[in-house]
Amino acid sequence: MITTVDEVTLIAALRDGDESAFAQLVDKHAAAMLRVARGYVPSHEIAEEVVQETWIALLKGIDKFEGRSSLRTWLFTVMINIAKTRGVRERRDADAAVAAYTGGTVDPARFRGDDDPYPGHWLPDEAPSPFPDTPEGSVLGSELIDVARRELDKLPERQRIVVTMRDMLGFDSSEVVQLLDISTANQRVLLHRGRAAVRQVLEDYLVDRS
Amino acid sequence: MSTGPMDCNELVELVTAYLDGALDPDTRARFDSHLVDCDGCENYLQQFRETVRTVGKITDDELDPAFRNRLLDAFKDFR
Repeated sequence: MITTVDEVTLIAALRDGDESAFAQLVDKHAAAMLRVARGYVPSHEIAEEVVQETWIALLKGIDKFEGRSSLRTWLFTVMINIAKTRGVRERRDADAAVAAYTGGTVDPARFRGDDDPYPGHWLPDEAPSPFPDTPEGSVLGSELIDVARRELDKLPERQRIVVTMRDMLGFDSSEVVQLLDISTANQRVLLHRGRAAVRQVLEDYLVDRS
Repeated sequence: MSTGPMDCNELVELVTAYLDGALDPDTRARFDSHLVDCDGCENYLQQFRETVRTVGKITDDELDPAFRNRLLDAFKDFR
């Protein structure tokens, strides 16, 4: 993503010491930063400190910010670096752990067994039905968003960070790979498992509701 | 990696790679031809797309006002 015209205006205003420009940027990015930072550090308080340090780093570096990356990418890059220095969690073996896990993301009991003429295909009663259309602002639509949010918060931390960045915040695959310093394959595995878990709770919710 | 027709339990693990356009051409062809004949998997793909769309509509909670004020104070201190 490249720097947008709005962002250029805000950054120019920030260089001139415009507090409202700073407030606008904080309102746009700080909540998402906090959400991601929380995955790296042991407490909400430390996540807030990390986010605060990131904004101070921006203020210190604003004259040198050239807009080669979007401001958001810059903020997340700096923030994740700061968070890593404050994090207490061991993640050196994390990539290996992702690769080692080979379980499926759909309950194997939903598929026909090896003794069936069509092994690995959906059992008749287990085949998925389409999710209903949910117009903007519909009651069901809001319910599903709440269900998805609760499940997102419960995902294992690395899945949660990847799904948040890709699907909630709209980062593209290459940005996430670079920001999180993980392989493309592992990024996809984490994203897929996280999405599959959210899909399952949405399906359960819709079945129970009907 | 199999080369024959794709089974449903294989397809469901490839949906994210499919949506990212990251499948190799042969696997993509097996994925697409399976979809033509399988309503269950077509529905699974629809559910997955809806899931991604739904997550995209989650909005962040408002910043805690006290924390927001701390950030704005940091700006004033910096100047």
